[in-house]
Amino acid sequence: MWLLSEHSRGPSLRFGPPLLAAAATGLLVVGFGLAFYWAPEDADQGFSQKIFYLHVPIALTAYACFGWGAWKALRLLWTGERRYDLESYTAIHMGVIFGLLTLITGSIWAKVSWGVWWSWGERQLVLFLILFLFYSSYFMLRFSTEPGPRRERNSAVYALFGVVLIPVSFLAVRIAGTILHPTIFTHEGADLPGEMLAAFCVCLAGMLSLAGALYLVELSGKRIDASLRELKELLA
Amino acid sequence: MTTSEKYVTAAYLVLLCALLVYLLIIALKVGRLEEELADLTRSAREKLGG
Repeated sequence: MWLLSEHSRGPSLRFGPPLLAAAATGLLVVGFGLAFYWAPEDADQGFSQKIFYLHVPIALTAYACFGWGAWKALRLLWTGERRYDLESYTAIHMGVIFGLLTLITGSIWAKVSWGVWWSWGERQLVLFLILFLFYSSYFMLRFSTEPGPRRERNSAVYALFGVVLIPVSFLAVRIAGTILHPTIFTHEGADLPGEMLAAFCVCLAGMLSLAGALYLVELSGKRIDASLRELKELLA
Repeated sequence: MTTSEKYVTAAYLVLLCALLVYLLIIALKVGRLEEELADLTRSAREKLGG
């Protein structure tokens, strides 16, 4: 018998969300404070460069969520444990939210820096959009089939295919060059003054903690949902 | 407020709005789960004759 409760197994989520939420609050307040009051203003872009401390951590968090979703999908295919399906789905859900935020904050930065909301000539932008649309389609695939092992396997394979786009999206601009989009992190390291890099690292840690807290809250909600559905079936 | 400041403020407000929308969604979900749990408790009591 296919049991919904098999989804609900996994480590306890009692302490994770509050700890990560507290870490995210502290790190983001300190990080944004450092970005605005301590890190120097960019000589080229001026004040608008402050969006960097928001946009880049969000984009890297989106990559991390997609990567985490793919890792959980691999674990599902490898071990056959059904709890990984819900974990992979939740991670991709978070990745799509952070991906949408990346596109919105990136567009605002593009408008103030380049004078346009979007540039089709920029490979990194287009590749990120493809990655975002690919993972947005994951939900269509997932909800077009009946719940069960077949849907779990198909979703896992799709999630694994998508992860290939992450290094392509990240490295394409470094290999092929760029016209407008700046490349801060190269194989020689970060092209940033120490204060900017420190503020950025704190913001990135805060954003990853925020994503972690949201992931655990969402996972907990989905597990409760699955358990309630099973209880309903048992009592019917 | 300069144009740059307006755009930077807008970008940071996007994150804040997203968090508030997420909070609203979670609040609605918790409300729904609470209702479902109350229904299940009621039907369990009826089955057990309590």
